[in-house]
Amino acid sequence: MLKRFTLMFLLNNKVVPYLIAIGLLIGAMLLGISIGTVSVPIPTILQLIWTEVLHLPSRTETDPMFTTIVMDIRLPRVILSALVGASLAVAGAAFQGLLRNPLADPYVLGVSSGASVGAVLVLFFNLSLPVVGMFTLPVMSITASIITIFLVLFFARQIERSMRVETIILTGIVFSSFLGSLLSLMIALTGEELRQIIGWLLGSVSMRGWEYIAIILPFFVIGTAILLFSSKELNAMSFGEERAQHIGVNVARRKLWILLGGSILTGGAVAVSGTIGFVGLVIPHLTRLLWGPDHRHLLPLSILLGAAFLIVTDLISRIIISPTELPIGVITSLIGAPVFAIILIRRRKERRG
Amino acid sequence: MLSVNHVTGGYPGHEVLHDLSFDVQKGELLGIVGPNGSGKTTIFKVISGILKAQSGEVTIKGKSISKYSAKQLAKVLAVLPQHAEQAFPYTVKETVSLGRYAHHTGWFQMWSEHDEAVVQKTMEQTGIKAFQDNYVNELSGGERQRVFLAQALAQEPEILLLDEPTNHLDLSYQKELLDLLKKWTREQGLTVISIFHDLNLAGLYCDRLLLLEEGKINKHNKPNEVLEEGRIQSVYRTHIEKHPHPTVPKPQMLLLPEKRAEDLDDLLIDNRLLKYDDDMIMLETPFPLRTMSSGVVGSGTGWYKSFVNRRVSKNYSCLNHREEMRAYLRKRGIDPFETVGMMTAVCLEDVSYRLIEEDDVSVFIVVTAGIGNAVDASRSAEHVYAPLPGTINTWVFVNGSLTDEAFIQSIMTATESKVKVLHDHDVKDSVTGSYATGTPTDSILIASSQRGKHLPYAGTITTLGKLISQGVYTCTSEALKNYRERMSV
Repeated sequence: MLKRFTLMFLLNNKVVPYLIAIGLLIGAMLLGISIGTVSVPIPTILQLIWTEVLHLPSRTETDPMFTTIVMDIRLPRVILSALVGASLAVAGAAFQGLLRNPLADPYVLGVSSGASVGAVLVLFFNLSLPVVGMFTLPVMSITASIITIFLVLFFARQIERSMRVETIILTGIVFSSFLGSLLSLMIALTGEELRQIIGWLLGSVSMRGWEYIAIILPFFVIGTAILLFSSKELNAMSFGEERAQHIGVNVARRKLWILLGGSILTGGAVAVSGTIGFVGLVIPHLTRLLWGPDHRHLLPLSILLGAAFLIVTDLISRIIISPTELPIGVITSLIGAPVFAIILIRRRKERRG
Repeated sequence: MLSVNHVTGGYPGHEVLHDLSFDVQKGELLGIVGPNGSGKTTIFKVISGILKAQSGEVTIKGKSISKYSAKQLAKVLAVLPQHAEQAFPYTVKETVSLGRYAHHTGWFQMWSEHDEAVVQKTMEQTGIKAFQDNYVNELSGGERQRVFLAQALAQEPEILLLDEPTNHLDLSYQKELLDLLKKWTREQGLTVISIFHDLNLAGLYCDRLLLLEEGKINKHNKPNEVLEEGRIQSVYRTHIEKHPHPTVPKPQMLLLPEKRAEDLDDLLIDNRLLKYDDDMIMLETPFPLRTMSSGVVGSGTGWYKSFVNRRVSKNYSCLNHREEMRAYLRKRGIDPFETVGMMTAVCLEDVSYRLIEEDDVSVFIVVTAGIGNAVDASRSAEHVYAPLPGTINTWVFVNGSLTDEAFIQSIMTATESKVKVLHDHDVKDSVTGSYATGTPTDSILIASSQRGKHLPYAGTITTLGKLISQGVYTCTSEALKNYRERMSV
């Protein structure tokens, strides 16, 4: 009874979910920075953020070793995890709403396959582009993913001018399969780069540094802005495209924007961290189960939860059999799947009761 | 309000609508009807802006809908879909609130008090306020339909488009929804355009009907003009009959099922089907007969299989004689809902019946007569109301197919014959001393097998009229003679 009451309260009050989600994110960040081979006490972290990030004067001095660990290694890593997790989660939420399918994920349109082909090409041929240099891989990856989106949309439009979501999904699947076999071909032909390629494909946010944050950030900001400004339309479109049109949504144009926004986010995330599964599928779903399907809240809450989730899974991936790091994609699924299953079952039971 | 001007349209390579033009007035309830594939849904999609017309245009308030933006159009025209997808569990209120989308401009406009008021009002109007916090996917079909109606109304439209709104709804919701729509057109000047599958519902509620046939307008007029037997038969390519609604001055189109072979067996209604004892006379037919009768149960017009003339005592008095009669029938193992039942106080042995035939037509007449309370109808004003026993019950069974007109003429012919019998037998009204024309409680039944020869008329000198007048005269005379003999003993 009390539990039911608390649940109703959480559902109805729109402030509480945000407080919880922000709390989770902050907690995850602090843990992510603090824990590792060298443990950094949380007060020190706060102190460092005070002096190094906000550049505010402070009377106490911190150990320069802590400064290096936090500022050069752990903070960028945590922020990158947060951005990748947030990008995948919000893109997943938007695609699920647009495609009216809770099983859709950010990879459904073949964007990730495109990005992977770009990245694996770099590894396979040991490419290094002029000007971008060491960022050849993320740049190629993002370029490939954007080319893929436009190819998918172009072909979907050739098949059917009105571009129903079913057509888009089908085209996406066709592209995914085709690009997937290209990947397999390269993996089959590769020799010593195999481990590197597989490692990249499984996803990782380690040893990336601030430069990678600079790469993903613009994509994150633009993509997220597009999606957040489409949240009302996403609500309308989850009742079907015709219905949304009748309610007053310019479906054709809005659909393109949402696809573009989601793909930009996905492309950016894949480029800096490889294909990390499960986040884009489950975080939106989880958020919807907890706080309802209204996209005006679902999207921002998914951003917060996705960020927190990926920080925690990254933390686990690097400490669980330390000093060896596990691929983060493996951990997201290993942790995510059972947690999600438990929540799903409990929620179903509550509904029936 | 809304004009469709020379619209030709459809899908690539498949033109469905051919040069369609019609107007809809403000406050009108227009029904679009037509067989499957006639273009109902296509014109609906063109009007609602989902499908572009290949040529011609749809104008709303004088402006072509192609010049409206999606939001502008949604503020004027709302659509109630046949079924909306339910991908995620939104609450009723969230769903209804979405209808306000078109009224919001810019990215940051907040939910206003006006929005809230409109949403509350539409939820009240559609009767869903009580479960506004429930999830839409947990509601019944009828409730869900009302949620989407509320969503459409929250758009504050001037025109409402509905696609078979009564589909999936049970009878009471169908009526409720259409009554509501009718009320809004009258009170708030809402213009409603709706696709109907059910011609009868369309005819009952619509001001005008648009009958489509193969993408063209067959007829656009008042229901009574559109719903013509011949027209509907040719457009829908099936056999139907038009009948007036029993209580509302609107037409009803009735389907006629294919007759089964065994139904065609010619069975003559005659004394083989009649049986009687001290208590009642009963005639049972293996198939229902179309009847027009006055009686205790099963009176009026209808289809009945059992016909009962029950003897009651002279002092029979019961407040609810219909209910008592039904109970009696049930006790005798007769279904009161398949029965025309009459009462008499005369001795049933005095019944007179016979079959009269000519050409392919035959009538079977059954009469019981008592004249203890004979009355002259022309001077009935001199009588006080005091029902006394004494009744002439006349049954006329026709082996033939009668029109409604023939039924009425049969009653006239039979009555005239009865009056003549009383005259010829010198039956007097005890109060006025003049010739009696009947008793105050006389009942009549005309029942027809509705198979065999078509008999459009039953005036006194038609074939059927001759049989009825002759039969009723003979039987009534005989029954009267029997009655008098018994009384004189």
